[in-house]
Amino acid sequence: MASLFGIDEKKLLRKRRAAEKRFRLCAIFALFLAGAFLVFFLFNISMKGYPAFQQAELLVTVNYTAEAHDNPYAALDADTVQIVSRSFTRLIPSMMAENSRLIGTTQEQWVLASADTDQYMKGRPNRLKPRHQALVDTMRQEGKARLAFNTGFFEAGDSKLPELAGIRAAAVGSVYVLLITLAISFPVGVMCAVYLEEFAPDNRLTQIIEVNINNLAAIPSILYGLLGLAIFINFMGVARSSALVGGLTLSLMTLPAIIISTRAAIRSIPPSIREAALALGATPLQVVWHHTLPLSLPGILTGTIIGLARAMGETAPLLIVGMMAYIPEAPENFSSAATVLPAQIFTWASDSQRAFSERTAAGIMVLLVFLLGMNGTAIWLRNKYERKW
Amino acid sequence: MKSLKKVALAAALVLSLAGVAEARDQIRIVGSSTVYPFSSAVAEEFGATNKQFKSPVVESTGSGGGHKLFYAGVGPDTPDITNSSRRMKVEELEANIKNGVTEITEAKIGFDGIVIAQNIGNADMDLSLKDLALAVLEEVPVDGKLAPNPYKTWKQLNPALPDRKIVIYGPPATSGTRDAFVEMVVEKFTGKDETFKAVLGKDAASYKKIRQDGPYVPAGENDNLIVQKLTKDTEAVGIFGYSFLAENKDRIKGCTVGGNPPTFENISSGKYPISRALFFYVKDAHIGKIAGLKEYVELFMSEKMIGDAGYLKTIGLIPLPAAEREKVRKDVTGFKKLTAEDLK
Repeated sequence: MASLFGIDEKKLLRKRRAAEKRFRLCAIFALFLAGAFLVFFLFNISMKGYPAFQQAELLVTVNYTAEAHDNPYAALDADTVQIVSRSFTRLIPSMMAENSRLIGTTQEQWVLASADTDQYMKGRPNRLKPRHQALVDTMRQEGKARLAFNTGFFEAGDSKLPELAGIRAAAVGSVYVLLITLAISFPVGVMCAVYLEEFAPDNRLTQIIEVNINNLAAIPSILYGLLGLAIFINFMGVARSSALVGGLTLSLMTLPAIIISTRAAIRSIPPSIREAALALGATPLQVVWHHTLPLSLPGILTGTIIGLARAMGETAPLLIVGMMAYIPEAPENFSSAATVLPAQIFTWASDSQRAFSERTAAGIMVLLVFLLGMNGTAIWLRNKYERKW
Repeated sequence: MKSLKKVALAAALVLSLAGVAEARDQIRIVGSSTVYPFSSAVAEEFGATNKQFKSPVVESTGSGGGHKLFYAGVGPDTPDITNSSRRMKVEELEANIKNGVTEITEAKIGFDGIVIAQNIGNADMDLSLKDLALAVLEEVPVDGKLAPNPYKTWKQLNPALPDRKIVIYGPPATSGTRDAFVEMVVEKFTGKDETFKAVLGKDAASYKKIRQDGPYVPAGENDNLIVQKLTKDTEAVGIFGYSFLAENKDRIKGCTVGGNPPTFENISSGKYPISRALFFYVKDAHIGKIAGLKEYVELFMSEKMIGDAGYLKTIGLIPLPAAEREKVRKDVTGFKKLTAEDLK
């Protein structure tokens, strides 16, 4: 049957439907690919990281003899010394000095095993000599060697002994740094955005400022580190490696992101609200404080949290201001030396000792949980306060 | 209005904190990433066994970056110690003196070997400095002229070597390990080789360009990544520090160089040719001002740290010969002043 315009519309229709189908398949494939990457990454990290949440411990006999005070290795028998963590043996003299009742006694106690023993008990490559492997095996049969939940990982700071290394100092450091970042970039960013949206005249100057803010949001983060080094450390004399200098530097980096998201949030409020308030006699200040800001708050908070989450995962600018360092103690105040989670992960990842690889993965898991929590909060806030016009 | 006040208060608080730069109660150490593991191990030991002192802060800035921070001057804003995977340069000492850092003590702590490693399943390979240099140079002499490096397989440059493609995962240009490799392998070869001398004359020893046509792959600063690549890629070899070989002996092995395997003994005795000394430098003016600095240096130089059965040996430091160790320890703990004469 000839069609109206001399076109076979059935064929045309088939072609259009096929194109539709192809496009949809492509989209599904893209989604699948993105999901597959994510699942692979999470699976890989969890598989590598979960052993770190268990830690080998040994039940050993410690002889607190007078000799052990000078040579701590004498407190254990020669083979046991090789499978016990150095973090225990090196403290024997100071333990005896602090507690004189220990001297001359013999105690059975659970102590941390060395990293090689730990890796051997988890069936991973290690450098334990066959004789010591056999010793660990017998101790295991006698119930004198166990894998216990690794509370130390959440309580200790960095260490060069993999069995002792923990994430706490870095996590506390991250919290300190983020507090400073929030305290500075949030008020300054919101104020900038409010001025630009509500009060600034639309002239050449504000246009230049606008273009610059958008540019700053896309600048490689290491440049903020150099800026932080020049301004805060060299000019203002803030202590190097401190949480304060890290937070200040990251707040420079987060500012543009907060300004941009706040402006978008303010812009999405219908002008009728402002006009109504003005018509009823409100001053521009009252319009901002009573209407614009409260209504745009969910958008502002979402932008801020996402900006902070980015700051949290940042290492490059912190490297420049000296936070990529061996700092085993959690900071006591804002000006004491601190390190952050991603910096800790980086230093563990580049260590030659094999036992650090599972700690690295476990550290990544902790960082991911932090980020997930922050992004989850952002979504929750948005859903809770979101308003439709 | 209330929130505005809070904001102002928070800002004032932060700014008031910012102005404070107080005296330090904590040792600050900067410098080489190669020395970093040893330095931080001693720092940890120091903090754990001396309750009256805080653990020193050890930053990994690279040797050059460390010297730069170190010679900025004297005072609590400057580091007390810089670690270095090479000796201090004369220019760096001059910069120190210019900035008032006149008294410096040099401490040599041991050696670090640079190994050429490959997958454990491969046949053994014995390389000479010449083989290595020819494999990585950008241009080599061909018929009396420099020409782009023609070698694509090991067999082409030395018939005794296997017929394997040249793939070398090595440190990037920014790395101190790369500088050391170039100095100890490439420059040593080009400075002595007759064909190079014939083409370049006096400049032969300073020819050290590394090829960029593929066979040499700069693999980033993380040596663990190179080790992982070698476990998958059986064709390649990798260049990195000895401690990474020692930790991964179940999956990679070192190539012998000039017939000498990269073992502890060979590196310590100097038989294995690619090894370098590691140092740290102390600012003597800070002793007595920064709590624990003297004690930290003494602990570092003690036999239980850098000795033959010392702790640092278990994480890959190769100790100095006993006699030299004794002498260095005496000089360092007496805080002997470093002079330009020493560096020549």
